[in-house]
Amino acid sequence: MRKLILTFLSALVVMVTNAQTGYQVGDLATDFTLKNVDGKNVSLANYKNAKGYIVVFTCNTCPVSKAYETRVEALNQMYATKGYPVVAINTNDPVASPGDTYEKMQERVKEKGFTFAYLLDPDHIYTKKYGAQRTPHVFVLQKTNKGNEVVYIGAIDNDQQELNAQRDNYVQNAVNQLLIGQKPAVSSTKAIGCTIKWKKEASK
Amino acid sequence: MLAKLTVTIVLILTGLVANAQVKLLTLNELDARVAKGNDTTYVINFWATWCVPCVEELPYFEKLNAAKFEKPVKVILMSLDFKSKLTQDVIPFVTQHQIKSEVFVVDEPDQQKLIDRVDKKWSGALPATLIINTAQSRRSFYERTFNYEELKAVLNHR
Repeated sequence: MRKLILTFLSALVVMVTNAQTGYQVGDLATDFTLKNVDGKNVSLANYKNAKGYIVVFTCNTCPVSKAYETRVEALNQMYATKGYPVVAINTNDPVASPGDTYEKMQERVKEKGFTFAYLLDPDHIYTKKYGAQRTPHVFVLQKTNKGNEVVYIGAIDNDQQELNAQRDNYVQNAVNQLLIGQKPAVSSTKAIGCTIKWKKEASK
Repeated sequence: MLAKLTVTIVLILTGLVANAQVKLLTLNELDARVAKGNDTTYVINFWATWCVPCVEELPYFEKLNAAKFEKPVKVILMSLDFKSKLTQDVIPFVTQHQIKSEVFVVDEPDQQKLIDRVDKKWSGALPATLIINTAQSRRSFYERTFNYEELKAVLNHR
């Protein structure tokens, strides 16, 4: 009986921890069906030739995200054809952050000519499930027999302001290693980013 | 008329220069500064002009900096705005909000190292606050927002 209670308690602890922090490296990531800027729904499973995915939680308005947007496009250019497309998800609620409406997302993509999917996440369902804590926040996934395994979580590189030519390109390094059959040597990094602009709870 | 205009212009310029005391600061320079403080408690807030919760809590740090305590307390505002935005964003912000605490823009090339060096527990989320007192060998880190009462409480608690 005591053992059962212990098991139950530790299961509870695991649940609580997961609810707070989202995915860890090694977890299997859920697929989703979210609306893209072109009006079509996108799921990870739609990418038939994918070996994995570069999922980028980002937004229109954060200065750090804006500083990185051309590097996100470059990642898609570099890796989509090799089997690792970029799938970007806007984390922000359009009421809390008026610069992050669907129309503004469409405008940005048109203006910059982005080729990656840029998806809405109404009610932050997948932002919360993955555990994105800021923008930009990257989750590199690898397709396995069990599902899409999270193999890297963190920053795009360690040089937000593009001042250091010797920067560590964390995402590039991770995907390059996956492409030669290795696990990323650096599987999690930190970064300064913008907080997510959460939907205001309806007042009760 | 011309003299009056010149005086006005000079006064405006002086005002701008006086308000524009925002420099770049490396973590080494910050450490060196704090080490010289003896019994001063430094409340070092990491923020950015684009970080909404940071901007919301700045008045409490300003109030703390202006308040009188038994032992000296000094607030240092370390901005994580891009260095290139110093004159475009940070200085106008400091002038407009009439910030009296010392303000610096963090001058570190590698964010990863910066975050770990401030505190291993820091995820990188802003705002974050570090309280240091060299004489008491105190170094406490908080990844959270504060109001004035909460700030006073953590200042006394350790």
